[in-house]
Amino acid sequence: MTLQAILSGQGLMFLFFAVAAIASGLLVVILQNPLRAALSLVINLFSVAGLYLSLNAYFLATVQVIVYAGAIMVLFLFVIMLLNMGQANLNTSYRGVRTVIAFSSAIGFGGLMSAVALKGLPDVMLPADAMVTGSSAGSVEGIGKVLYNPNLPWLFAFEWTSFLLLVAVIGAVVLAGKRQQPTEDKA
Amino acid sequence: MSIPLNYYIVLSMILFSLGIAGVTTRRNPILIFMSIELMLNAVNLSLIAFGRYLGDAGGQMLTIFVMAVAAAEVSVGLGILIAIFRTKDNVDVDVLNGLKG
Repeated sequence: MTLQAILSGQGLMFLFFAVAAIASGLLVVILQNPLRAALSLVINLFSVAGLYLSLNAYFLATVQVIVYAGAIMVLFLFVIMLLNMGQANLNTSYRGVRTVIAFSSAIGFGGLMSAVALKGLPDVMLPADAMVTGSSAGSVEGIGKVLYNPNLPWLFAFEWTSFLLLVAVIGAVVLAGKRQQPTEDKA
Repeated sequence: MSIPLNYYIVLSMILFSLGIAGVTTRRNPILIFMSIELMLNAVNLSLIAFGRYLGDAGGQMLTIFVMAVAAAEVSVGLGILIAIFRTKDNVDVDVLNGLKG
């Protein structure tokens, strides 16, 4: 990527959100307090949503903010506060050797894959026609036309996703719900 | 002039590696869950980037399903966590060795 491309609007947008995503992702991994790690993850999810916008995935950027940064993170924070893990009352931190092994393996993995991506892959640029026609592919209309098309495989998977969510709801209620004590007469 | 696809892939790999580091070093199951979310997001990013650069809508479709599965996974996982905490009073994954795994 040339300097000119970096200094263009798109390049600056990518740079900003990429740096924010990496920094907040690092904070998720290193912060001791679960509450702060969760809030860093919110920043990370917002940054990734911004990157979705730079890829013209408007609908998914919105869903990312609403579902991930909204619903899922509220669930995380709710459980952290419910289990009173805000203080570092757990011995959650690092244990010497394992930390070194884990971080060196992760850095090695990232470095190796980065080397492969930078040297082994051809420099794929956006096709010229995608600039013109691809702009509506990420909108609600574009997503819906593909997702609900009976000739494509996504509709079947979509229907079964509803079943998956039903199972998840029932499972969560059964697992986390109040146990009926057999000895008690009144709950 | 646009950003080459490789930059998105490398960013996705970095985020995925951070997730791996979190899963392997953290002992608090909630933080392990968060690291898994980090990894899922990295994969979503690469899926959308591939879909955009190949002109294929499949990347965004797969991302929708990954999000739905992640939501289901988190709700069930946190339910299990609450059930464990109710009986054990401690959710350190090094202490939870009841299955002798």
